[in-house]
Amino acid sequence: MYVTTAVIGAGHAGLAASHLLTAASVDHVVLERGEVANSWRHERWDSLRLLTPNWLNRLPGAAYEGPDPDGYADMSEVVDLLERSAKDVPVRTGVNVASVRRSPEGYTLTTSEGPVHARTVVIASGACNRPVVPAFDVPPGVEQVTPFDYRNPSRLPDGGVLVVGASATGVQLAAEIQRSGRPVVLSVGEHVRLPRVYRGRDVLWWMHHAGVWAQRYDELDDLTRARRLPSPQLVAGSTLDLNTLTSMGVELVGRLSAIRDGAALFSGGLRNVAALADLKLNRLLDTFDEWAGTAPGERHEPTRVPESARWRLDLRSGEIGSIVWATGFRPDYSWLDVPVVDAKGVLVHDGGVVGDGLYALGLPVLRRRGSTFICGIEDDARDVIGHLVQGLR
Amino acid sequence: MSNGVNVQALLDAREVLKGAPEAAQFTWRASSKWQHGVHSTTKIQKFFGLGQEQSHKSESVFEADHPEVFAAEDNGVTPIEYLLVGLAACLTAGVASVAQNRGITLNSVESVVEGNHDIRGILGADSDVRNGFNDIKVTFTIDADASPADIEALVAQSQKRSAVFDALTNPTNVTVEVA
Repeated sequence: MYVTTAVIGAGHAGLAASHLLTAASVDHVVLERGEVANSWRHERWDSLRLLTPNWLNRLPGAAYEGPDPDGYADMSEVVDLLERSAKDVPVRTGVNVASVRRSPEGYTLTTSEGPVHARTVVIASGACNRPVVPAFDVPPGVEQVTPFDYRNPSRLPDGGVLVVGASATGVQLAAEIQRSGRPVVLSVGEHVRLPRVYRGRDVLWWMHHAGVWAQRYDELDDLTRARRLPSPQLVAGSTLDLNTLTSMGVELVGRLSAIRDGAALFSGGLRNVAALADLKLNRLLDTFDEWAGTAPGERHEPTRVPESARWRLDLRSGEIGSIVWATGFRPDYSWLDVPVVDAKGVLVHDGGVVGDGLYALGLPVLRRRGSTFICGIEDDARDVIGHLVQGLR
Repeated sequence: MSNGVNVQALLDAREVLKGAPEAAQFTWRASSKWQHGVHSTTKIQKFFGLGQEQSHKSESVFEADHPEVFAAEDNGVTPIEYLLVGLAACLTAGVASVAQNRGITLNSVESVVEGNHDIRGILGADSDVRNGFNDIKVTFTIDADASPADIEALVAQSQKRSAVFDALTNPTNVTVEVA
């Protein structure tokens, strides 16, 4: 098969790329290992809803049209949004890309349906292909669960649960596991604290309108850091910060430093990571007020840190039945046989332009802070596909 | 505005070492000699870094002993107090560097470091009590041309990038051998 452009992945990024390619009359195909919106269908826990309110969830060819613009989509609604965007998109489902190599004409993709030859390739295979699990020597008898395995608390063994990581995934799972009656110990490293609502509006309304998401990748002080920033402590509908969790009975401990002789050892620096997050939250709210040109709105109680947080937890005592690793996700480029990934496994690109006709879409802060979110993909796709089309001439 | 920290040199070093991780490997050394009783003298001058042997301008000598309430001669500070020296010095250096980088002029930076220690641990009087500090508290008093929130941010950032804060708050593998 010969095409001008092969797009890998039929998630929000691949679909957006296809719309822009069609608009530019570039013949292309979207190769999808599973079905449209595959990760949203198969790699998410039951209760997950998008962090962005419905009115923000816009894709080329599909916007929210339901009765609750201020609500938050569950996974079936996300799949529905993507399926509507996929109408008229040339998706080939069930096609796994095993490798991408350079060829005289551009690239050769080895797929489960035979080779595909393309002048240009758009990598839209997602930012969260693999859960990151740190290499620790966990004693046998303690079950280990990643967010890809986790569906709901009832599948966890009885007993206490150590949730490692306090970004969006960690705080959401800690809350629902604690509610299920399993006592949760939450290991907290650096994190991003956000209230759900500020001055009566969703905090992401502020991020969107105050221009935070519009900040360009090439104008940020520290792009590497921005791209590695953990997801904010947010959940659909209400504030879910560390104070909320403490009030629910979740026990906070520091960042997991090591597991030694069957005991988890936590950093004694919990107070400082909480202080850093509180300071950053207040600075963010200050920028909102500055943008609004008004007197400061409400400020939040500083994070309550236990007077003496435990720094050692014996994993052999029976207190902990399972560990949930909410320690982030990484993209998988093991199939990419082109030297464009650095020693740490990070794709090297300039705003989605990898070089030599290779492009990426759907990565955090790809071209602006808003790139991380579904609603950020259309602007990114316009820029990236614009570059691609220029290169074809 | 200057606090006397050459931030540009540090930022340049950060860029260079990003591409040369081997040059970033340092080994700090101290040589200690027993004197008498629980008194020892430790000297520091040479270290390794940037791929070669390095040396401080001059040798520093540290006397360590225990106080008279420990039935010792008190020829110097208690070893665990040296940890307080390290923590205070490291955080203070961090405050000055971060302030320099953020364009904040410091007029004075003072801190008090308190380490709470239950000595029943080291005496073997109660096996449930640890040998080291139970907790450490650092209190900074800073006069700077900045808002209270900016000063708090300086102190928070200095902890985030402190070698001694990390060494005290996270476990480290320690090997002790007889040569």
